[in-house]
Amino acid sequence: MPVKDLKGRQIWQPRTGRESLFHWVLWLIGIAIFAVCWQRISESTTWFFVWDAPRIANDIWTRATPPRWEYISQLGKPIWDTLNIATLGTIIALILAIPVAFLAASNTTPSRYFVRPIALLIIVATRSINSLIWALLLIAIIGPGVFAGVIAIAIRSIGFCAKLLYEAIEEIDTTQVEAITATGATRWQVMVYGIMPQIMPALAGVAVFRWDINIRESTVLGLVGAGGIGLQLSSSLNVLAWPQVSLILLVILAAVVISEWVSAKVRGAII
Amino acid sequence: MLRLNKLTKTYKTGDQALKAVTLDIPEGQVLALIGPSGAGKSTLIRCINRLVDPTSGTVHLGDVELTGLSSSGLRRERRRMGMIFQEYALVERLTVMENVLSGRLGYVGFWRSFLRRFPQSDVDEAFRLLDRVGLAHMADKRADELSGGQRQRVGICRALIQNPALLLVDEPTASLDPKTSRQIMRLICELCRERGLAAIINIHDVALAQMFVQRVIGLRFGAVEFDGPPEGLTPDVLTTIYGEEDWEATIEKVEDDEDEVEAQ
Repeated sequence: MPVKDLKGRQIWQPRTGRESLFHWVLWLIGIAIFAVCWQRISESTTWFFVWDAPRIANDIWTRATPPRWEYISQLGKPIWDTLNIATLGTIIALILAIPVAFLAASNTTPSRYFVRPIALLIIVATRSINSLIWALLLIAIIGPGVFAGVIAIAIRSIGFCAKLLYEAIEEIDTTQVEAITATGATRWQVMVYGIMPQIMPALAGVAVFRWDINIRESTVLGLVGAGGIGLQLSSSLNVLAWPQVSLILLVILAAVVISEWVSAKVRGAII
Repeated sequence: MLRLNKLTKTYKTGDQALKAVTLDIPEGQVLALIGPSGAGKSTLIRCINRLVDPTSGTVHLGDVELTGLSSSGLRRERRRMGMIFQEYALVERLTVMENVLSGRLGYVGFWRSFLRRFPQSDVDEAFRLLDRVGLAHMADKRADELSGGQRQRVGICRALIQNPALLLVDEPTASLDPKTSRQIMRLICELCRERGLAAIINIHDVALAQMFVQRVIGLRFGAVEFDGPPEGLTPDVLTTIYGEEDWEATIEKVEDDEDEVEAQ
């Protein structure tokens, strides 16, 4: 007990003696594990490559600069594709995520023991697989190209959007819903008047946030052949055209900065 | 007009919120329901429009028995019962007009309400009501921009536009200052008189209840302890409802207040 009585005076300590001993032991074990891991990792590292790293990095840097600026004329279409993949993918994901969110939220689900687990499974399944892997699967199914990229981004985003939305639905103010119910409104009317207005800020925030993430994700989809600027990136890497690689990286950076700026503006406007 | 017969509600936790409450409310009577927190006041009015389903007993609104209704029948009957809430329960992110018109949801179809294409007669009525409570100029404001008293007026409009026969009012003044509380109570009672509505008003403030209503029901542990005119609330009666306390001050204050109100 933290409070001790010492000759009539109350002494307070955050922990008792036994507790602080326990804490010391925990720290000791933690440090020991860290030391062992450190040793294992250094044993299995080829140190030659590590010592060599600065020289190689410097080498690539000199090869990659200056970027090959005239190559930009060939990047307009791919970066446009990339933006479209992200935007369309996000829109499709939201359209599919809204019903899933309503089915998954414990206060709106039609059946807690049957429908809700299915909705949660959809959320977990789509979220747990990376969009690059979805793209690989979809390219095998529907062939390479932008469409595969859009669908990969859409599927990957359903779980993310639905999860954040259903959490927003579970946090709504129930008295507003009660008030709409008390007017004799149907279940659908209650949804439109009592619930939707309350989750609109969350919906808009999720949409912009996910769009922002999807722009980054769609830049790499081309690496596996799903369209967009990643396609240029992988072909330039394959032929070791470092000045082109550096230009592509700059274009991606610009796209991401712009999307960041747009989403910050939109989020500011909503809140 | 409204008849409760042995209405009982036992929650899953085993708490008995209502113990066989029997009540008969004639057409156009405004009734105050008083009692300590947890006495079952909110449960009682929610059992009437079945936001809470009663465990046993019956509720008759006119000739219709409410406890046995199917969900579509229940929706039809809910239109005849306007409800006013403690924390206003407006949909914060909708405009005042949308909030008032949401009282018509039981009468219009889904797509009309989704597209906000309410019949012109409903819109006219909404403007008339907003004008009656002095908020016509606020119709386009979002509900969360309004003050407490204004919000409660919008809540009243939403209940009245249903064209109800009965108002269920749950602590209408609990989050309002004393002056606004009186204004809101006066408004509710005036509107009930104008339209010949019956009303059940849950209220904590005994003095305020005495000032405005014709009949008071005292609830304690889910059972009716007192049923009579407001003058019948003697210190002894208040002690049986709420427990031992010096009640003289409360009752005296009522008389002073009444003088003051008449003087205004």
